[in-house]
Amino acid sequence: MLNFPRWKIIMITLLSFVGIMMAVPNFLTDDQLKNYPDFLPHKKVTLGLDLQGGVHLLMEVDLTEVKKEKLESKRADIRDALRAEKIVLRSSIRNDTIHFNLTDKSQLEKALDVIDDSIEMIGGSLTGIGTADIEYSVEPGGVIVVKLTEDGLIVRGDEVITQSIEVIRRRIDGMGTTEPKIQKQGTGRILVQVPGFDDPQKLKQIIGKTAKLSFQLVKSAIGPLDRVPPGNERFPMAESERYPGAPDTIVVSRRKILTGENLVDAGLSYDQDNRPVVSFRFDRIGGKKFADVTRKNVNRQFAIILDGVVISAPNIQSPILGGSGIITGNFTVETASELGLLLRAGALPARLTVVEERTVGPDLGSDNIEAGKTAALIGLAAVMVYIFLTYGTFGLVTNFVLTVNLLLIFGILSTLGATLTMPGIAGIVLTVGMAVDANVLIFERIREEYHKGKEALSSLDAGYDKAFSTIIDANVTTFIAALILFQFGSGPIKGFAVTLAIGIATSMFTAVSMSRMIISFWAVRKRPEKLKI
Amino acid sequence: MLLKLVPENTHIKFINYRKFAYVLSAVMIVMAFGMYFSKGLNFGIDFEGGIMIEIGTEGPADIGAIRSALSSLKMGDVKVQEFGAANDVLIRLEHQEGLTVDEVVEKIRHILPSAIEGEISYRRTETVGSTVSGELIADGIMAVVLAIGAVLIYIWFRFEWQFGMGAVIALVHDVILTIGMFSLTGLEFNLSTIAAILTIVGYSLNDTVVVYDRIRENLRKYRKMPMVDLLTLSINDTLSRTVMTSVTTLIALFSLFFLGGEGLHGFSAAMIWGIFVGTYSSIFIAAPILLWVEMRREAYDVDDNSGNIEILPPN
Repeated sequence: MLNFPRWKIIMITLLSFVGIMMAVPNFLTDDQLKNYPDFLPHKKVTLGLDLQGGVHLLMEVDLTEVKKEKLESKRADIRDALRAEKIVLRSSIRNDTIHFNLTDKSQLEKALDVIDDSIEMIGGSLTGIGTADIEYSVEPGGVIVVKLTEDGLIVRGDEVITQSIEVIRRRIDGMGTTEPKIQKQGTGRILVQVPGFDDPQKLKQIIGKTAKLSFQLVKSAIGPLDRVPPGNERFPMAESERYPGAPDTIVVSRRKILTGENLVDAGLSYDQDNRPVVSFRFDRIGGKKFADVTRKNVNRQFAIILDGVVISAPNIQSPILGGSGIITGNFTVETASELGLLLRAGALPARLTVVEERTVGPDLGSDNIEAGKTAALIGLAAVMVYIFLTYGTFGLVTNFVLTVNLLLIFGILSTLGATLTMPGIAGIVLTVGMAVDANVLIFERIREEYHKGKEALSSLDAGYDKAFSTIIDANVTTFIAALILFQFGSGPIKGFAVTLAIGIATSMFTAVSMSRMIISFWAVRKRPEKLKI
Repeated sequence: MLLKLVPENTHIKFINYRKFAYVLSAVMIVMAFGMYFSKGLNFGIDFEGGIMIEIGTEGPADIGAIRSALSSLKMGDVKVQEFGAANDVLIRLEHQEGLTVDEVVEKIRHILPSAIEGEISYRRTETVGSTVSGELIADGIMAVVLAIGAVLIYIWFRFEWQFGMGAVIALVHDVILTIGMFSLTGLEFNLSTIAAILTIVGYSLNDTVVVYDRIRENLRKYRKMPMVDLLTLSINDTLSRTVMTSVTTLIALFSLFFLGGEGLHGFSAAMIWGIFVGTYSSIFIAAPILLWVEMRREAYDVDDNSGNIEILPPN
């Protein structure tokens, strides 16, 4: 007890010093932090949305739509490939499978070769070749049945999520807000958290739109009640583009001249009458293609279609050669810049639906922080007074290490970049109560040994030694609960689990090592004959 | 003079009251089940799905007026209640068929000014879809079950299976009574409640383990002492620690309950209850259960402690 090895003293002091330095930035204002020496830690604790206000959205990616699109495109690819080999067939999609029915069954072998060639290996990496996207079988009667593989769908789903996250990030960054958190959650879900933002409608407008843009030629002279000729499709006009006497729908050729993928830039601009419009620029290939098509179709109408709605259907008055253009429509400054942002950021590969939404206003956030602070400080003060009254000098040591303990929790939280939430504050306050437990176990043990007639110094020794195994058992069990909470908890609950787990670790360190060191210093200096405990 | 809530060298015969404690616990468990099946739990939107809006008003809000204004929207069962203060109102409703969440919120925002004077601040809006709420329930139950399971394994490993059994019975007891308390008081049962239950599991276990640790130690020390006396001695040995830790934790929790804001009310209430129940169960349930299961006391007659792992302090 009395001879505490020097390396241990150095280590304990060093660890606590580093931990405390990591906590310091939390007590400085941003201005003070700017003048703070560079070699010291600068990170502050990240506040959860419940403490600083903001929007939390959990969105589900519509994977059935992804599957449907994939089936459609696979069917078209294979059909075209087969026709290129002069194989005559009919194809259809039923129950998520593609059926190819050959007119001449003797071409079956050749057809299967073509399908073999159309298999794509997806999700490949340096180490693996990936998985086949489709598999096929031949039914009795010679019908070839192609279906998407399970593994391929999983890979495709992951791709869609990753792409969606990219697009969402670009869109939110374009809004100029700070530090959004966008991440994959489980399978098929994306979590978006935007701190300091309290307009969920606006946020959903920005990230909820698929923003699929296409340019398609209008098939003229087809009335609203006429049948749509093959190779064409009908789209509704946007509300702002409907005029009395004009049809509400428009029929266009299925073939897309260009899509949003060919855009390199888009944004708010004004036409000659000073009305807001969206200007855009194509990439090189897109510009060339657009020039070709407009040259050949002067005086025809083309439609600009966004997410299944025609937002504009201008006449081609002269070939558009510069590779750029404007979209007119009934835009306001706001809607035009919003559309510009969406086009710049690109289309989402799949539709997103909001399954969970939480918005905390900035007032509530600051109220929560205030309440949490008050509760923590008063709770801490009351606990400290009680401990001092119970243990006297030893209580002072406990109170000191308890303060260090709290600083260490903040230091570790800041360094890990963990998020402090309202339940997290509860976790800290609870740690204050429970951190004392290790000290209590030790002091009660010292008291017991002392009253049994042991000498002062050896009771101190015995107290620390005998309490140790109990402290381990008691803390490991709580730690297990914290870990499981972290694994299964979501959002704010995770924050609680993190602070609880960190609190257990730091309280073990401070109660067992640090308080022991201080008490041994005290014992060496005072050589107490009697213990007041 | 130092403060002592528990006098030194107590000899309270806790174990002698065990029959009474069993009856008390059994009655409370039956009542908890009764409440649960008759009244159920007041699930928050985390577990039930739905829409919740918290608003702040300038003056005290007229709950009745808000309720009647909202009922004119014909959106089914709309709950309106004060949330901590007279100018803080919580509105809760189910998902509306055929309307998106935004449309519902829009309608509510449109009608509220007719029932509330002055500015309305929208403090918080939450919506949870039904698939998500189902998963949250599943995850919550999973977490509690896993935590209890993991702890059973740990105690089994560190002590003996009899101790593991006792600890788990005490834990299940605590969890049931906590859920019963939520049913009785109608406090909202949400994700933080699950966190509270898990913390109670941790705390109660902490308490049980401290008592068990002492029982194990005394089993080695007093090999001939009758089991009843040995349990009584162990509980008394650890009594002042039990009280001390409970009091410090309770001080912190009461501070949270009264000062921590409305958001932590349910959590701290559950925890306060849990501290009482957890402490009670360690003394009156977990310890006497060791009388039922046959303890192999010979295991403690050998000095090498085979079967147990001893953890030594780092010094």
